[in-house]
Amino acid sequence: MPTLAPTALDAAPPRAAPRVLWLAFTLIVLSLLALAWGASVGSTGFDSLRRAFDDPAAAQIVWDIRLPRTLGAWLAGALLALAGAVAQGLFRNPLADPFLLGSASGAALAVALAYAALGVGGMVAGGGSVALLQAASPWLARLGFTGAAFLGALGGVLLALMLARGVQQTLRLLLAGVVVGFVLGAVRDLVQLAQPDVLQAMQGFTLGITGFVGWGGCAVMAAVLAPLMVLAWALARVLDALALGEATALSLGLPLGPLRALLVGVLALATGAAVAQTGLIGFVGLVAPHLARSLVRCTHGPLLLLSTLVGGLLLALADVASRLVIAPQELPVGVLTAVLGGAYLLWLMNRRAGGAR
Amino acid sequence: MNAPALQARIAAAHIGARRILHGIDLALPAGRWTAIVGPNGAGKSTLLRCIAGLLPCEGQVLLLGRALADWPARERARTLAWLGQQEAGGEDLRASDVVMLGRLPHRAWLAAPTAADHVAVDAALATMQCRELRARRLAELSGGERQRVLLARLLAVQAKVLLMDEPLAHLDPPHQADWLATVRALVAGGATVVSVLHELNMALQADDVAVIDQGRLVHHGANGDARTHHALQAAFGGRIAIHPVQGQWIALPQEASHAN
Repeated sequence: MPTLAPTALDAAPPRAAPRVLWLAFTLIVLSLLALAWGASVGSTGFDSLRRAFDDPAAAQIVWDIRLPRTLGAWLAGALLALAGAVAQGLFRNPLADPFLLGSASGAALAVALAYAALGVGGMVAGGGSVALLQAASPWLARLGFTGAAFLGALGGVLLALMLARGVQQTLRLLLAGVVVGFVLGAVRDLVQLAQPDVLQAMQGFTLGITGFVGWGGCAVMAAVLAPLMVLAWALARVLDALALGEATALSLGLPLGPLRALLVGVLALATGAAVAQTGLIGFVGLVAPHLARSLVRCTHGPLLLLSTLVGGLLLALADVASRLVIAPQELPVGVLTAVLGGAYLLWLMNRRAGGAR
Repeated sequence: MNAPALQARIAAAHIGARRILHGIDLALPAGRWTAIVGPNGAGKSTLLRCIAGLLPCEGQVLLLGRALADWPARERARTLAWLGQQEAGGEDLRASDVVMLGRLPHRAWLAAPTAADHVAVDAALATMQCRELRARRLAELSGGERQRVLLARLLAVQAKVLLMDEPLAHLDPPHQADWLATVRALVAGGATVVSVLHELNMALQADDVAVIDQGRLVHHGANGDARTHHALQAAFGGRIAIHPVQGQWIALPQEASHAN
């Protein structure tokens, strides 16, 4: 094109990469510190960590309970944050979140149905929880619950999309997501009422709890997170193009239909994997991408990575806090994230209303 | 006249249940700049979207003699570039990221931008005089600056056929003049430019003018043709008059009492 004669490349194009790398590095270091902190906090205190090398019981507390639950919290937070960042980009809506889109309630319903259908109520009659049962259940069953949660999450999102008749109208989509969330929640209540054993088992689950995640749960979540990160990274360009509008993305030759379906799949699988292990933990998926964006403004590739790291760190810290707030008792971590996330959202709302933008 | 770069035979186009376009047959010659004009709500943007293949319509659009649907998506995106009207979004992206999106049809999946991509982006930024904006986020730009970045995004595609919907929105007169020079240079280089313009004086600078009224093509002709002027005056209810001023055509508003 003659008019676009190359001008001298006097300066390299501006890059946000060094800042992103530094942030990622810092977040990883902080996450490792949080993991170490998580290993030293619990009803038996730091003492267990100190005696971990001599005392088999102390070693078991640190190695089999504290470490996997903290790592599990990190992984669940990372998955939820990845789902949230993908949802916000895909639906071009800063309020999109696994919970607001009905995917989390879909996943929870599917888990409840799975328990009801498998008739495992008797196994938990002794007062265990879903998570305890899961920790005890074999690999295949655990994968089965994750699969059920994935299908439930997918169903929830698709239902919301159907009710909203597509993604064009963001307010409509959010309202549809809220409706789907309530209706699926009500159906889950019905399932629990019909099978009181499931109700008991689901109690901790609906509050969101990280206390019972074992190494098996960590392995499932890690096995889901790693490929999803790669896939999301590969699709990040699509999210960038979508930010300029659907028509622009189409005009750039992107096959939006299949790409959108893939991204909804990423969103649903990430949500499902997290919900199946830790139950309903709200606000992490919403808040983590916002925090990441406030750290650095960048394209979706680095944003997805940073959001994931922020989400992991947030939930790992929340998990530690849940053990500290009313120690030696423990708070369900979902309660904590709801309070903190709600406060953050209120602050964000007031800042925007205050004319910052 | 050159062979048509774009040939649109559109029987009808709908937005929701409303029918917007009625039987439009339009051939846009290659290597020329055509302005699409008409009153508000006449269907100009809808027509441009149909031509770009972004809105399904009853009929057929041929791009360089080949039906739009028969083009592989990426090849089509390299050949035909489109810029929408007042597109919102992308607030968090930096100007250079936005312009680089124009290179998407050229880049292999997952491949990092090549030197050619960087050169194209840099040239497009320079042409639209927004190189100094490239590290800034879209949210931080004024309306005119944002429009220049989006125009640079369009130019970075380096397409043979460029469709622009209200490209002059928010641009101040010097940047409008720059845009004009850019379009002339593109056309001189063999590109085909189609722009929806509500500013008639700018539209009268185009080689050809297509007048749309109530979803119908009422005229398509050269900018200096008296019939084109008559069609324009009729489409706007006789509320404009077109005069020659220093070798250019100028449309001036007319009071209702002067309308014939």
